[in-house]
Amino acid sequence: MARRFLRRATVAGIAATALLSSAACGSGFDDGAETSQSSGPAALQILIGSSGEAETKAVQAAAASWASASGNTATVTPAQDLVQQLGQALAGDTPPDVFYVDAGRFADYASVGALEPYADKLADAGDFYPSLRTAFTRDGKFYCAPKDFSTLALQVNTDLWSKAGLTDADIPTTWDQFTATARKLKAKGVTPLVIGDTRDRVGAFMKQNGGWITSQDGKQATADTPENLQALQYVKSLLTEGLARYPKQVDAGWAGEAFGKGSAAMTIEGNWIKGALQNDFPNVKYTVHPLPAGPKGQATLSFTNCWGIAAKSKFKEQAVKFVEAMISVDQQMSFAKAFGVMPSRQAARDQYTQAFPADKAFIDGAEYAQGPVNAPKMDSVLADFDTGIQGLDRGDPKALLERVQKNTQAALGG
Amino acid sequence: MATDVLAGPDGARPAAPAPAPRRTRRRRGIRGDEAPAGWLFVAPVVVILGLFMLLPILMALWVSLTDWNGQGSPFTSRVPLVGLDNYTDLFTRDGLARQNFMTSIRNNIYYVGIVVPVQTALALFLALVVNNRMLRGRGFFRAAFYFPSVTSSVAISVVFLFIFANSGAVNRLLAMFGFDGPQWFADSRGVLHILLGAVGVDEPPAALTSGGPFGMAWWDWLSGPSVAMCSIIVLVVWTTSGTFMLMFLAALQQVPETLEEASELDGATRWQRLRFVTLPMLRPTLFLVLVLGVIGSWQVFDQIYVMSQGDPAKTTLTPAYLSYRTAFRDFEYGTGAAISFLLFLIIILLTLGQRWLLRERDSGPRPRRRARSRADRAGGPGTAEVGRSGAAEAGRSRAAETGRRS
Repeated sequence: MARRFLRRATVAGIAATALLSSAACGSGFDDGAETSQSSGPAALQILIGSSGEAETKAVQAAAASWASASGNTATVTPAQDLVQQLGQALAGDTPPDVFYVDAGRFADYASVGALEPYADKLADAGDFYPSLRTAFTRDGKFYCAPKDFSTLALQVNTDLWSKAGLTDADIPTTWDQFTATARKLKAKGVTPLVIGDTRDRVGAFMKQNGGWITSQDGKQATADTPENLQALQYVKSLLTEGLARYPKQVDAGWAGEAFGKGSAAMTIEGNWIKGALQNDFPNVKYTVHPLPAGPKGQATLSFTNCWGIAAKSKFKEQAVKFVEAMISVDQQMSFAKAFGVMPSRQAARDQYTQAFPADKAFIDGAEYAQGPVNAPKMDSVLADFDTGIQGLDRGDPKALLERVQKNTQAALGG
Repeated sequence: MATDVLAGPDGARPAAPAPAPRRTRRRRGIRGDEAPAGWLFVAPVVVILGLFMLLPILMALWVSLTDWNGQGSPFTSRVPLVGLDNYTDLFTRDGLARQNFMTSIRNNIYYVGIVVPVQTALALFLALVVNNRMLRGRGFFRAAFYFPSVTSSVAISVVFLFIFANSGAVNRLLAMFGFDGPQWFADSRGVLHILLGAVGVDEPPAALTSGGPFGMAWWDWLSGPSVAMCSIIVLVVWTTSGTFMLMFLAALQQVPETLEEASELDGATRWQRLRFVTLPMLRPTLFLVLVLGVIGSWQVFDQIYVMSQGDPAKTTLTPAYLSYRTAFRDFEYGTGAAISFLLFLIIILLTLGQRWLLRERDSGPRPRRRARSRADRAGGPGTAEVGRSGAAEAGRSRAAETGRRS
């Protein structure tokens, strides 16, 4: 009895599966052709990875005013998890027309042809900061317009600073000064620095020493170099000497929280820390300074998103118009006021520094900033690098860099 | 029955000699035409299961054989087919994918190795406690022990994040006794490594670092669960033991009181009663709990996702989470699907292994037990023997029933 049932169930299952799968995938067999374009009023779908309520509202308002002025409609959806939702939409062949693309993820999307390379055709293409253009350029094509950007800078807690008997003259501008100042703070029983345990913070030291994980064009692995080794050894010495702590070691989710609680006198974070401190720790007094320069000069890291347009969008022309409206100087300034990002265009720089004089250190960083690694399939490699950085105080920097080098080569070669 | 099976397919085959089907039909009698009706009634479930379970599983199987990049449908001719490469790369190719996979397997082996025995023992203990007829407020304790199981795992995970924070309740408690608690979720050191460090073995012997299976050194295989993983283990044991307690409790209430009384008359101590009367009666439930425990703990995902995302230093990475991360973070859908099918295989093999280990043995320990009870009988009344063998009988038939049902 059981055997017969099993046999019949199998037959039925196979039949049903064949039927269903042919039905389900029937639409998938002929998707090779260029997506036909529709002119006229468009219904744009816009997927954003919002930093919070303020950003969502600002983008929705901007999109609504563009839509009513141009006779289109634009629906802004804040994503719960942008990478996953976008991945599913691309796999399902129904991507949103316009979406945020993180610079660290850009190469993943560009290399599989999900993005429309439109940015070179923009009238203001030359006005973006060069480091941001590089972040969204692949194989010589400038794909998408940078939305805004952030850079890292050094935040100093002025109360802890003066309590430890330090003055403005002690604010470090080089690695040596930094070590000296940190030792003074430690002698007074203050944790000098709290720094995020990721390449997005520690990487700044590598750049300050003239190194980086990949070559500028993202084609070669350059992790295992003496410059990088020296940088990691310096960070390791800060950690082992107790001059720097990771956020988890001082019981905080991220460095900004630790800084806000007064667990450390200094931290290295981007301009998002402004809003976070204002909301959660409004009483913390602090100043912002450029990161101390390394042996090879000043350097910082920049983080940015661009307005990606899907290669499979039906409304590419209208989408480009939308992006043009979003990157105008006025619009970028209103975004800056709404949720504290820095405009991606040099034309907006003066306006921005006038409106936010305290952010000079952040926006000056644009001159010497390094964007995220611009190569596909690097996310797991970099996550593995982060793992090594988390254990840097006990680990061997040389072995770590060799591992990153090997994995990067495998990712870039494959 | 046997002829039925043989005749069944014949009946469906038109080429078969005419009389045979008629004879079969006649033999089936009044119930012969029930099959189409049966199929009609189960059709909704078959369609739903086929559409939402079988079909996606087969699609995922297909994806695991391809190098699909997540653009468009994976069922076009332009998606490169790579055969079993996604699977073999996880075992043979020296690279990040294998390293991550093996790390996750190691973590999960330690996780399962601790969680399953501990939660089973704890659940059994709790069930025995709340089954005690002398216990006051049994209802309260039953509800209290079961409570963690009905709470959302995400909520509990977040609460545990606070409890195990560096200045959280656990470390405060340890500090009261003069211990300096670890930084639970930042500590990637393996427990075995810490223990070895305590007895002075700080540097691994060269024999253990030079090589090991699948590109991971023996020293790393033998790390033990990390401190961070231990706190997740505590959480999971605490939450799941309530559910399993309930299963044990249900089984315990089916143990006839007469049996216990009979064994008492036999002069069995409390421990002997537990070991030779209660536990054998619980064997089917024990099997169920162990199987569910193994399956559940190999699939651990939500706690990892909420609490650690694989950090620190990949020591809480598990295959289920790795599969998700590989597919939806790194866009390596093929490898991600391959990992999930390997996880499926692991679970199937372990479940079969458990079935084999916990099978009802017809020969083996039983004669010995009978011999012992015969020795017991020397001083006891004859009814005890009847009760005893009756208990064994009951246990066996219940086991068979459970087996059939599952």
